[in-house]
Amino acid sequence: MMKNYIDIAYLVAAVLFIYGLKGLTSPATARRGNQLAALGMLIAVIATLLIAKVLTPIEMIGGLVLGGAIGALLSKRVAMTGMPELVAAFNGFGGLASALVASAELYRYLGPDQASTLAIEPMSISSMVTIALSVLIGSITFSGSFVAFGKLSERISGNPISFPGMRFLTLLFAVVTVGGAVYMSMGASEFPGISVPVLYALGAVAVASLILGILLVVPIGGADMPVVVALLNSYSGMAAAATGFVLDNTALIVSGALVGASGVILTNIMCEGMNRSLLNVLIGGFGGDSGGAGASTFSTEGKSVTATSADDVAILLTYAEKVIIVPGYGMAVAQAQHQVRELADLLIEKGVDVKFAIHPVAGRMPGHMNVLLAEANVPYDLLYEMDDINGEFDSTDVSLIIGANDVVNPAARHDTASPIYGMPILNVDYSRNVIFMKRSMRPGYSGIDNELFFGDNTRMLFGDAKDSLTALISEVKAS
Amino acid sequence: MLENIIVFVLASLIGAEVISKVPQTLHTPLMSGSNAISGITIVGALLVAGMVGGVAAKWIGVAALVVATINVVGGFMVTDRMLQMFKKRKAPEQK
Repeated sequence: MMKNYIDIAYLVAAVLFIYGLKGLTSPATARRGNQLAALGMLIAVIATLLIAKVLTPIEMIGGLVLGGAIGALLSKRVAMTGMPELVAAFNGFGGLASALVASAELYRYLGPDQASTLAIEPMSISSMVTIALSVLIGSITFSGSFVAFGKLSERISGNPISFPGMRFLTLLFAVVTVGGAVYMSMGASEFPGISVPVLYALGAVAVASLILGILLVVPIGGADMPVVVALLNSYSGMAAAATGFVLDNTALIVSGALVGASGVILTNIMCEGMNRSLLNVLIGGFGGDSGGAGASTFSTEGKSVTATSADDVAILLTYAEKVIIVPGYGMAVAQAQHQVRELADLLIEKGVDVKFAIHPVAGRMPGHMNVLLAEANVPYDLLYEMDDINGEFDSTDVSLIIGANDVVNPAARHDTASPIYGMPILNVDYSRNVIFMKRSMRPGYSGIDNELFFGDNTRMLFGDAKDSLTALISEVKAS
Repeated sequence: MLENIIVFVLASLIGAEVISKVPQTLHTPLMSGSNAISGITIVGALLVAGMVGGVAAKWIGVAALVVATINVVGGFMVTDRMLQMFKKRKAPEQK
């Protein structure tokens, strides 16, 4: 009877999660959706506390209070520019929690009171398989997410890191992981009678998957991070679902499946945004110093760029009818989103039609630019997705590119030899004037030169994006 | 086991259906929000930590509980913080 109530509570929670995610399909309903999901979680937790015969309430409440306090603190203190690494860290915590729950379930069979209150049945092979799987996915998610965290917060170099024999090592640890999991499953019939070999195998699976997680993320370069973050997001869901199989708990399976699906979809969108397969991203090494440059037919020889100044750009902008702003990772690095908004406001006040064009893989995580611009109070209806705005560039007077590069490189359309050939881009080269705000002539992440720098209607405004924008704002004000 | 697989597959399909309609502008809140949902392991942590088991099982469970709670509370709160920043353009007459 009690079990029925709990299951109904879990069902309510699952329905609230689905409605919560549905809320996220529009910015107008998104906040309420998130609150619905949180309510669902609260219901699931309370129901569990009421039914699970809580033997040690102090530890439970202590754990909830401690975890809640840390979570609240982290979420309050993070700056919006620190969002990519926080999301990565939370993914990691999710994976770790799943691995720990599965391990605890295994240890439960070794409890001292096996004979007393709860008769523990011998473990089935399928339970052991799910435990192994849950520890495996959870550990990879955990260590992989923290490498991603390190890269995103620049504690580790954002460049792809690799060394000789790395792929062999990765393969080796993958074999150890799978072997350990198989060994655990074979020991299931004797467990918990003969427990030591299984526990050693569990340890081997855990350690090998932790190392595997590191080896898998380390060779992936900074601009591929949107794919990695999305993929780890999906792993954290899969890990939760696997734990649900371990505990035979529908709430975990449903929620894990929802999150897993969400991560897979985002990963797909990110891969399409770069026109690369998931495998290609995971193998990594893209964008190193030797990356691809030689093959392209494009050469910078005999071509020159035209530099411009803030006052010239200000004049161009104020007399424009239509301006499209294209932000990229450079805007995030310079933390220039507030200046961007100020400039946009000034231009709008002067009657200029201002829009923002956001490439799906701009920045370091899915939706990175949108969050930064929202923080700076740019209304979301000024932000346009690539497919919605690409037709508008030929009627645009000025495209203002702030810290983006590869996502506007026309070579992706016509230069079959270019490493980014086939990648969908924003067609800024169709607009009458193109202003690039860049720190230097350094090529973008893909390591290739952008032919647009040398275009007849392109002007380069060199300098830190924030400084350039500040200068631009005062010039526009003065005019 | 089979029942669980059925539930998993159906839930994945629902998830895919709903999430494919999320606009690009909300991709970050989608990730942090769905990540908070994956903190549902909090329920698993409560169950394993609360059940009859050994000392090891209990403390591993409590560790899992702390980590999962960070995920749930932090995830939902930071998503809320982000979402409250997403605003529509003001109507001209309000200006």
